[in-house]
Amino acid sequence: MTQHAAGAAVPKRYNPRLEMYKGIWRRLRKNKSAVIGGGIVIFFILLAIFGPMLTPIDPNATDITNKNQPPSADHWFGTDNYGRDMFTRIIHGAKLTLIVGFLSVMIGGVVGVIFGIVAGYYGGWVDTIIMRIMDVLLAFPGILLALAIVSVLGGSLTNMIIAIGIFSVPAFARIVRGSALSVRKLEYIDAMKALGASDLRIIFKHILPNVTSPIIVQATLRIATAVLTASGLSFLGLGAQPPAPEWGAMLSAGRTFMHDSPHMVLIPGIMIVIVVLAFNIFGDGLRDALDPKMNK
Amino acid sequence: MVETILDVRDLRTSFYTDEGEVKAVDGVSFSVPKGKTIGIVGESGSGKSITSLSILRLLASNGKVVGGEVRFKGDNLLAYSEKKMRSLRGNKISMIFQEPMTSLNPVFTVGQQISETLIEHQGMSKKAAMAKSVDLLKLVGIPSPDKRVKQYPYELSGGMRQRVMIAIALACNPEILIADEPTTALDVTIQAQILGLIRDLQQRMGMSVVLITHDLGVVAETCDYVAVMYAGQVVEYSDVRTLFRKPKHPYTVGLLKSLPRPDEDQEKLIPIHGTVPSPLHMPVGCRFNPRCPAATDLCREKLPDLFDDGEGNQVRCWIYNEQWPGEKEVDVFGEERTARC
Ligand SMILES: Nc1ncnc2c1ncn2[C@@H]1O[C@H](COP(=O)(O)OP(=O)(O)OP(=O)(O)O)[C@@H](O)[C@H]1O
Ligand SMILES: [Mg+2]
Repeated sequence: MTQHAAGAAVPKRYNPRLEMYKGIWRRLRKNKSAVIGGGIVIFFILLAIFGPMLTPIDPNATDITNKNQPPSADHWFGTDNYGRDMFTRIIHGAKLTLIVGFLSVMIGGVVGVIFGIVAGYYGGWVDTIIMRIMDVLLAFPGILLALAIVSVLGGSLTNMIIAIGIFSVPAFARIVRGSALSVRKLEYIDAMKALGASDLRIIFKHILPNVTSPIIVQATLRIATAVLTASGLSFLGLGAQPPAPEWGAMLSAGRTFMHDSPHMVLIPGIMIVIVVLAFNIFGDGLRDALDPKMNK
Repeated sequence: MVETILDVRDLRTSFYTDEGEVKAVDGVSFSVPKGKTIGIVGESGSGKSITSLSILRLLASNGKVVGGEVRFKGDNLLAYSEKKMRSLRGNKISMIFQEPMTSLNPVFTVGQQISETLIEHQGMSKKAAMAKSVDLLKLVGIPSPDKRVKQYPYELSGGMRQRVMIAIALACNPEILIADEPTTALDVTIQAQILGLIRDLQQRMGMSVVLITHDLGVVAETCDYVAVMYAGQVVEYSDVRTLFRKPKHPYTVGLLKSLPRPDEDQEKLIPIHGTVPSPLHMPVGCRFNPRCPAATDLCREKLPDLFDDGEGNQVRCWIYNEQWPGEKEVDVFGEERTARC
């Protein structure tokens, strides 16, 4: 923010925050992979919102006479072992996948940001307790934590969202704590306190705006992880239950027919890869754009 | 006798660190008369800032006021709830800091930041607060205030920003303004302007000022009373004339001797030997004894109280007590005693 102040040609009316957003947009546009990743992400979001309205077929409509068909003009992605149209199911699955991704990251994000800000802002024993809990959560390797939570709560779409949400909390808490800690040390925060500002107002008005960049980057990257985790859990039968057209569940169902009808695993598998990759690339691009120092 | 608005009694503040308890403030007493300016002077690390932060209860989370009283118009602030304390800060007691360059949030306009306090404490509407902000900028001597109010901190110079900080601090007509080295970061000419502004506003608004500084020249020009701090304690408290004419504590004497004075024929400037003790390893007895030219065994064994001379001036030194075991020629009260130092 302040580096603009030192700039030689400062325009007359200039809003530091607006200028910052402009800079981010400029850098983001220049980053090719971020543009591609962002494009795919937007495409999938639009697909998830409008796709189901545009496909005339019921994703769960079975057609036993047409089962295990390879991709064709009638069935672009082929059919599965019940003769259901895979293309329709993939589109409906996109909606499920993105809902799971966004919702779980939202839950994890809100809780994690609150924990992180409280820990970073108050410090002391509050910080110690919160961060030790986060350490415990982080000690579970990868998907294992989500797996453990779902097995306690029972396998269902809602429980899976909650589990992945909890699974995302420590990542947010850590990042936000670090930023909150550094913002907390700025003099103007002390000045605000000396003027009688409440902690809540300082946090929302003066600290949160300073930590939005890392939160956005983290959220984007976490959606990729959430989608992957959700597919994994559904694959194991702990997430979306059949006949829901969830990609992980479809992948799992296709396993038995992998030999004769490879499209049944390939197509959902490729979709998962594309979406996860797109969010990851986009997240990386965002990080570079939001934190120009990293490039130098 | 002037009414006392703030009375700090035996204030003790500790920080709990990995190396142990740091007694940053250890028995500080002074009072702030209504409408007057009191200076707090002392070397770096003597606890000046921590004293003022303790008064407003703004300590870092590892710090705690462990004893004493802070009486504001008779009420002990240390017993206030956090909510009550918050409505006092920036409203009845305001504070400004050393660093005007970083004391403002870079992403809000000057007007937004002044308004924030007015909205918080006086429940003003945004529009009314903005209008008042313009008045306040005018009050602190900022030219074309209606334009400045819409500007961001980066568009202002350091002196200008400190004026804005003062405007924010004075927005609610506080009864006390605590200024922690408000001019240290500024150019000499700007320093004089800011101090002049504070003095001027103090007279107009009738508030009391606690001015923290390590510049005795500033004290001489600005303050009515002075508390000299050394290693977390007040070693001398007196009115400013007495302090400069008849300093009592050997530390004060040393400070004055190390200060160039145009009004006196000085042979040379004499620095005080030795260094400030670490708060983790305070000397036994008087804190100043390792550096004091007059130290006796009593000074090395027992910490003196803050003795009152009966005229409202106080000194924490054995020389001014009947128990003083030192040489008899320093037996008379006053500067003859410490002049030997
Ligand atoms: N958060 C903290 N944790 C531990 N010790 C601290 C903390 N804050 C201050 N101290 C200690 O308290 C003592 C007094 O500090 P203070 O900031 O009041 O000094 P000061 O008189 O204002 O000095 P300066 O002139 O440099 O501003 C110092 O020895 C410092 O090390
Ligand atoms: Mg200080």
